[in-house]
Amino acid sequence: MATSLRRFGRLALISRNWSGRGFSTSPSGEINSYSNIQQSEGKSINLFSAINQALHIALETDPRSYVFGEDVGFGGVFRCTTGLADRFGKHRVFNTPLCEQGIVGFAVGLAAMGNRAIAEIQFADYIYPAFDQIVNEAAKFRYRSGNQFNCGGLTIRAPYGAVGHGGHYHSQSPEAFFCHVPGIKVVIPRSPRQAKGLLLSCIRDPNPVVFFEPKWLYRLAVEEVPEDDYMLPLSESEIIQEGSDITLVGWGAQLSIMEQACIEAEKDGISCELIDLKTLIPWDKETVETSVRKTGRLLISHEAPVTGGFGAEISASIVERCFLRLEAPVARICGLDTPLSTCFRTLLYAHQEQDIGCNQVNNKLLAILLL
Amino acid sequence: MALTHRSSNLLRPFTTAVFSSTPSLRRPFSSSADDTTTITIETSVPFTGHKCDPPSRSVETSPKELMTFFRDMAKMRRMEIAADSLYKAKLIRGFCHLYDGQEAVAVGMEAAITKKDCIITAYRDHCIYLGRGGTLLECFSELMGRQGGCSKGKGGSMHFYKKDSGFYGGHGIVGAQVPLGCGLAFAQKYSKDETVSFALYGDGAANQGQLFEALNMAALWDLPAILVCENNHYGMGTAEWRAAKSPAYYKRGDYVPGLKVDGMDALAVKQACKFAKEHALKNGPIILEMDTYRYHGHSMSDPGSTYRTRDEISGVRQERDPVERIRKLILSHELATEKELKDIEKEVRKEVDEAIAQAKESPMPDPSELFTNVYVKGYGVEAFGADRKEVRAVLP
Ligand SMILES: Cc1ncc(C[n+]2csc(CCOP(=O)(O)OP(=O)(O)O)c2C)c(N)n1
Ligand SMILES: [Mg+2]
Repeated sequence: MATSLRRFGRLALISRNWSGRGFSTSPSGEINSYSNIQQSEGKSINLFSAINQALHIALETDPRSYVFGEDVGFGGVFRCTTGLADRFGKHRVFNTPLCEQGIVGFAVGLAAMGNRAIAEIQFADYIYPAFDQIVNEAAKFRYRSGNQFNCGGLTIRAPYGAVGHGGHYHSQSPEAFFCHVPGIKVVIPRSPRQAKGLLLSCIRDPNPVVFFEPKWLYRLAVEEVPEDDYMLPLSESEIIQEGSDITLVGWGAQLSIMEQACIEAEKDGISCELIDLKTLIPWDKETVETSVRKTGRLLISHEAPVTGGFGAEISASIVERCFLRLEAPVARICGLDTPLSTCFRTLLYAHQEQDIGCNQVNNKLLAILLL
Repeated sequence: MALTHRSSNLLRPFTTAVFSSTPSLRRPFSSSADDTTTITIETSVPFTGHKCDPPSRSVETSPKELMTFFRDMAKMRRMEIAADSLYKAKLIRGFCHLYDGQEAVAVGMEAAITKKDCIITAYRDHCIYLGRGGTLLECFSELMGRQGGCSKGKGGSMHFYKKDSGFYGGHGIVGAQVPLGCGLAFAQKYSKDETVSFALYGDGAANQGQLFEALNMAALWDLPAILVCENNHYGMGTAEWRAAKSPAYYKRGDYVPGLKVDGMDALAVKQACKFAKEHALKNGPIILEMDTYRYHGHSMSDPGSTYRTRDEISGVRQERDPVERIRKLILSHELATEKELKDIEKEVRKEVDEAIAQAKESPMPDPSELFTNVYVKGYGVEAFGADRKEVRAVLP
């Protein structure tokens, strides 16, 4: 597993040296001065350490940035915030009471004053009490105030996804709910290097962002991550692997399974093009479209339940754009339409323990290509 | 720092009070003897009321009740210790929160109410379930995700339920069960059957907004709802004073009366719950703050020793342990000998071991159960599998 994940490390690294603050309240606000830097190979670190580095840099480079959430001052459940309170003080890195709606509402207000509010929700499963604040307050603040106010400095971080035995309330992948909300961005990284660069972009993006971290990979995914301050662009997907027979689209932890499937498919003579979407809204339709025009086939895979998942949106958009180029119906390999009970973990998350997930994708690949 | 300041509160000794109980039956007593005798015992800590006159510190009990308390709490204690081992042996998976230390709340509450009264709680639910009349076998089966479990294995540690005795279960989202408890209470008031609902939540949960919404509704409509704050002084790694401006949880209902109770004393809990039930039926909601303590870490992934001192934990064990308190009472009233109590503990240990052995025989749920209970049976709703086109099932 670790080796296949490391392969994700071969990335064209886009970065910029952050200087000064992009105020969330600035009218244009766009951060568009990404510049290529020399690809400096940093130390080998895991995903939670990469997040931790990004948070250190965010706090270091902007004195008006704050990190808070449940037990965050002690380093958080997944150690992502370790050392931050010691380094930056309890006024900038602090524990909140157990009250998600309050945490996010507070963060919206803090951001509205021109600060960077980086709020942690302990598990994505606990983001629902804050759903209203995100959907009704954060997302619409700029629009309904005629651009007088916004909470662009808001970033909400939450670990998502299954870890085998997490059960009903430590396993969910709720990204699709948030993709239905104009005004917020949804970003999910697939690896340590991606996590650091994307998180810094999210924190500095002048729009509120929900950033879901694949908790399965916190310790598991290890790769070399540059130690300096760099950002990876939002709303730009990435072709991780080029191919000619079929396009595969995914994000976050699911990509590690899809990558394995691509390797298997290669053995059967199938050439896959694998795309990491990275930003779910607003998403990079062009890259996916161009790829599907080339391959004529599309498979989307995510861990969240298949019905109403974000795969449905991608599918519909690509069918609209590439109908005449498609040589097979768009396929989706996704989570089951059921709750996530620990006792069924071997059925639900087999892909994490054996190679079933990869086989699922693979069988589907074969089926599509035989059409 | 403030942690040590807290510890001294936590370690409020009770030893003196136990022996000041009245009147001592200075005669040999075996558990089979006349158990209707009334014994009156003074609680070691007075109740503190908020907007209500607290009940008397003199609690009436009987030899039978004390012996039952002892056996039930010993059973709960043993069950949780066994669950710890099963977890370490990877026979229990997922998230698992243990109740040892807090047993007096479960046992004292049951002694004051009937199974027609409802209880709803969070994820720390194993012992509440046992208190409601659940069996060890159902507990261990559920913990290990087996068909024989009280939720057919589909709930796991955090989701125990028992409909026939009004246990509305184990809830995973902190604070979410409290408004539900008020809904239960409304239904009870409507049906005029003189029953009440106990909604349990933690000191951490006490800071959730839902709680205050629930309190207002309950007070507005005079619902027979009893909000029980099991204050074990920590919400995960966060000490109460770090998370709450006022950790006097019994007062946090403002316009809703409250009572602070020594939650390590089953008799005090019983007295408080009896009082609360009468109050709620007459006047509407009330908050009971149970001052208690959890010995284990928050869940199995928390060693429980990074945010509190080992001295604090062992201090509470020595000074306030709910099982030891009852043991001392039984011995001081000569209701049983030390050996008889030890024998009870041995029996309990055997019961637990047998239940575990039996639970291990219970099969895992059939894979088809994955799709049951998502919707009502027979409504023809479809669920889709990993591949929407090829795997599809009409929900059973
Ligand atoms: C809405 C929500 N946020 C966060 C969590 C994670 N979590 C589970 S238990 C817990 C602490 C609760 O403490 P408390 O209410 O004192 O109950 P105790 O565990 O002490 O019994 C937290 C933060 C959750 N389950 N639900
Ligand atoms: Mg607590």
